[in-house]
Amino acid sequence: MSARQAPTLPIRNRKSTMAQQPETRISATTPRLDVAHLAKTYGSGEKSHTVIEDLTFTVDAGEVVCIVGPSGVGKTTLLKCLAGLHPASSGRASIDGRTISGPPPEMALVFQDYNRSLMPWLTVRKNLILPLRHLKLPAAELKERCDSALAAVGLSHADNQYPWQLSGGMQQRVAIARALAYRPEILIMDEPFASVDAQTRFDLEDLCLKIRKDFNMTILVVTHDIDEAVYLADRVVVLGSRPARVLKVVDVDLPAPRDQITTRSLPDFARQRTEVLSLIKRPA
Amino acid sequence: MRNVKIRNWVIGAGTPVLLLAAWWFLSANSTDPFFPPLQTILVRFQELWLFEHFQSDVLLSLGNLFVGFAIAAVAGIGLGFATALLPPVRWMIDPLIHFLRGIPPVALVPIFISLIGFGTQMRVTSIALAALFPTMIATVDGIRSVSNDLMDVARVYRLSRKERVLNVLLPAAMPQIFSGLQVSLQVAFIVMIASEMLGSSQGIGAMTLLAQQSFMTADMWAGILLLGVIGFLVNILFSLLKRKVLSWYIGSRRMARAA
Repeated sequence: MSARQAPTLPIRNRKSTMAQQPETRISATTPRLDVAHLAKTYGSGEKSHTVIEDLTFTVDAGEVVCIVGPSGVGKTTLLKCLAGLHPASSGRASIDGRTISGPPPEMALVFQDYNRSLMPWLTVRKNLILPLRHLKLPAAELKERCDSALAAVGLSHADNQYPWQLSGGMQQRVAIARALAYRPEILIMDEPFASVDAQTRFDLEDLCLKIRKDFNMTILVVTHDIDEAVYLADRVVVLGSRPARVLKVVDVDLPAPRDQITTRSLPDFARQRTEVLSLIKRPA
Repeated sequence: MRNVKIRNWVIGAGTPVLLLAAWWFLSANSTDPFFPPLQTILVRFQELWLFEHFQSDVLLSLGNLFVGFAIAAVAGIGLGFATALLPPVRWMIDPLIHFLRGIPPVALVPIFISLIGFGTQMRVTSIALAALFPTMIATVDGIRSVSNDLMDVARVYRLSRKERVLNVLLPAAMPQIFSGLQVSLQVAFIVMIASEMLGSSQGIGAMTLLAQQSFMTADMWAGILLLGVIGFLVNILFSLLKRKVLSWYIGSRRMARAA
């Protein structure tokens, strides 16, 4: 349904507060998202606690990159730095060469816990509208954005319901629709499918790939599920723990379009998931 | 399910009726000056409150209650937000709250009497000041318990400060604010009566105390009965408002229990 609308969707339609920085010079090789020697330490002195030591990786425009690593490795901390919620202790993360110092206008985030990221006092549609209010869009565009976002996640019928009236998988789709209506260029997801059942999980993974195709988004997914990472990603960034660092960036060379049954039964799929798994299992 | 509902409703409405009937018959031949027959009380109730003193005293009391409570609600929520969000205000107000919350509100009435005099102003002021703290404290607690995830969402989607306060914090804290308002309403009611009893010749409280002091026990009972009825009705009104404003919260709680 959204494949029909996709080519006309204006993606870059937001007043960027970062665009005026003069240091920027975008060359063809500048990655969309660039994380360079990023480190995050909480506290100071003897009580300090380094969560991320030295992370370097890039995400190119239109790419799906998955970050995998053992739980407690600091993946959520990393996302909070990328989303501009926490300042980095050293190193930097940048979008098109501009350092991220606050929530970037071209980025949307889908949180792990849909339960606590949707506003329970707002209906589904009003949840979608809330982040758009300050853009002061014409009513028709506002409606069109919500309609197409809800259609993309298959929830057109639920727009007047409250999130808590929906199942977990549907709530997470609402959270994704909220991000889509915001029309980000970069979509970041923090273990988005961790707390839904297996069937819903497959559906949401395919939804994620469909979004990339239809909306031409750059997507970064944090997950602890290696199969999911290999299935979704063009590249998998494998993190080692305590403190977090990049063990390896694995290029996933599986054919597109991916399919839950055929892709997962390819010998290459097994080979690549084994590669990622052995990196994680290997004693550091 | 439906039968249970009807049964509960019958029990809920039937018990007061039974108690009233018992009161009516047991007191019917009473000659005790302190416990006049209910019939006498009801006759006086009608004579006094419907409608001789309705405007001069009942409406006056209710007006004070309403204005005092409204001021307390607005100021309590406002100060609660200021306290929770602005550290300098918090440092100023926190110790004061902990001192004041320990004093029963009624104990403050004498101070207000001497400060402001015996007029309507004094009564509204004392109602508002006493009723302010429960709402304010609940507001502070409510804002502090709003989940970080929700605030992260608000920041990632670049909501303005005004939007974060009005469209995220206020509704998220509303369930707790309403618990505070409920307590504030009770305090306002108590202080309304106390302020009339301590420093006034008008209002339901003053009338009731005057009746007691003049040994007009039936009138005294009639006053207490009226206070009971008003308290009951005010609480019903408040519950209706709460059910309307917090319908999302009540619904989500019911859903969570069912799951």
